[in-house]
Amino acid sequence: MPAITFIHPDGKSIRIETVGGESAMRAATRHGLDGILAECGGNAMCATCHVYVDEAWLVRLPAMADDEDALLDGTAAERLPNSRLSCQIDITPELDGLVLRMPERQV
Amino acid sequence: MTASGSVGSGVPHLDVDPFDMKFFADPYPTHELLREAGPVVYLDKWKVYGVARYAEVHAVLNDPATFCSSRGVGLSDFKKETPWRPPSLILEADPPAHTRTRAVLSKVLSPTVMKQVRDRFAAAAEERVDALIEKSSFDAITDLAEAYPLSIFPDALGLKPEGREHLIPYASVVFNAFGPPNRLRQEAIERSTPHQAYVAEQCQRENLAPGGFGACIHAQVDEGAITATEAPLLVRSLLSAGLDTTVNGIGAAVYCLARFPDQWQRLRNDLSLARGAFEEAVRFESPVQTFFRTTTREVELSGARIGEGEKVLMFLAAANRDPRRWDRPDSYDITRRTSGHVGFGSGIHMCVGQLVARLEGEVMLTALARRIAKIEITGEPKRRFNNTLRGLDSLPVTITPA
Repeated sequence: MPAITFIHPDGKSIRIETVGGESAMRAATRHGLDGILAECGGNAMCATCHVYVDEAWLVRLPAMADDEDALLDGTAAERLPNSRLSCQIDITPELDGLVLRMPERQV
Repeated sequence: MTASGSVGSGVPHLDVDPFDMKFFADPYPTHELLREAGPVVYLDKWKVYGVARYAEVHAVLNDPATFCSSRGVGLSDFKKETPWRPPSLILEADPPAHTRTRAVLSKVLSPTVMKQVRDRFAAAAEERVDALIEKSSFDAITDLAEAYPLSIFPDALGLKPEGREHLIPYASVVFNAFGPPNRLRQEAIERSTPHQAYVAEQCQRENLAPGGFGACIHAQVDEGAITATEAPLLVRSLLSAGLDTTVNGIGAAVYCLARFPDQWQRLRNDLSLARGAFEEAVRFESPVQTFFRTTTREVELSGARIGEGEKVLMFLAAANRDPRRWDRPDSYDITRRTSGHVGFGSGIHMCVGQLVARLEGEVMLTALARRIAKIEITGEPKRRFNNTLRGLDSLPVTITPA
C-alpha cells in the first residue's frame, strides 16, 4: 500500500501507510494527527484539512475542483500556491511517497 | 418494543415508534435495539425501513441517486402527497437542481464569510456572558442557548427587528413536519399560518438589510446563478434551519458541560478545546435526530432488498453512538476525534450552515469557559418535544464567576 509523509509545523514528520485508496485526510485522522481537523468529515465543506503540498508533487496531484478552490480562500492559515485540501487527495499507487506539510492552524 | 424476528427478505420487523413521547424521553435503549436488530430494519408502525448503524447511515447519506431527497426528507412522500409548504429548493431537491442552489448557499456561508463575521459573533458572546454573570441564576435554554443565536443570527441574515418572535416557532413547525402524522405534526401545522406569513414576507428582497446573508442570496440573482423566484425560497432555508438547530446545539453543549464537570475543567484549562467541545456535543446529543430518504429504484443495502419508492429513516443519533464506529460512544469527551460524525449529515446534503453553527458554538463556549468557574444544574431539566429535534425546554443553572 502507498505510504505518505505528513510534516508538522515544527518540522517533525510522520510516515503513514494508507489503506484502500483512502484520502490523505482520512489517513491522517485515522492516525490521530492533531494538525488535520477535517471537521466536515471529507465532504469539501469546511477547509480544516488544509495542507501545503511538497513542490515536487504538486503537478502529480488530481486537478482542483471549483469548490475546493473557493474553500481554500477561507483557510485559517495563509493560502499558498501549493495549498490543497487533503480530503480531496485520494492516495493512488502513483502517489506513494507524497509529502504534505501541515499549516500552523486549521481554525 | 420487541424484535419480532425475520420475515421473507431477512429484514427484522420492529414494532417501535421513534416519534412517540415515551421514545423521546429516553431514546437510547431503542437506538440500541434498532442497531442490534440488524443493518436494516422495518418499522411496521409507519411502514418504513430504518438504518441505525453508522455504516448504513453513512452509506445512505452518500448515495443520493438511490436514496433521493426530492420526494421529501420526512415521512410524507411528495410523489403521493401534497407537501405542507412549497418544497425547499435545496433540502428537498436532487442533483442537478440541487447542485446549483447548494452552490449559492455554500458561497453565502463560506469559510471566507465566517472570517468576516467572527469578531462580531465573539463580541456578542462576551456580552451574553456579561448579562449571565449579572444574573448568576438563570435558564440556560432561554437566557443562553436561545438568547445568543437570537442576538446575532437574525441580524446576520438582515431581518427587520419586528416579528422575530415567529422564528423559533416557525422552525419548530418545519422540524415537526418531517415526522409522521402524529399530534406533534398536526398541531404544529394547524398553528403555522401566522409563522408562515411572517417568513414568506421576510424572504422578499426589499425586507432584507444590505450586506446580510439574505441580501447576498438575492444578489446571486443579478449574477444569473438563481432566478428572482428562487431567491426567497433559499432565504427561507436559512430561516428554517439556521436558528433552532444552533439553539439546540448550544443547549446540548451547555447541558453536557454542566453534567460532566471534569470536561468543563478540561475546557477551562485549555480554551482551544472549545470548538471540539461543541462538535462532540453535536455528536453526543445529535440535535437533529433523524431524516428520511426515498428509494429511486430497487436496491440491496447490507444484504437487505428494498423496493423502489420506499421511505428509509436514518437514525443519525444512533449512528453517532454506534460502538462499531466509536470508542466509548456514550462518553462525552471534548478531546475526541469527532471527524466523520453525522450530526450535520454527510454527503451532498450535509448541513450548509455547519460553519455558522461551529463558529457560534466555539465563541460561546470560549466566552463561558474563560469567565465562569462552575455551572451547577439547580432544577429538573425539562425536555422540548419535536419529531426531529432533540433538546431541552428549560435548564435551570447557577454559575460561579471565575
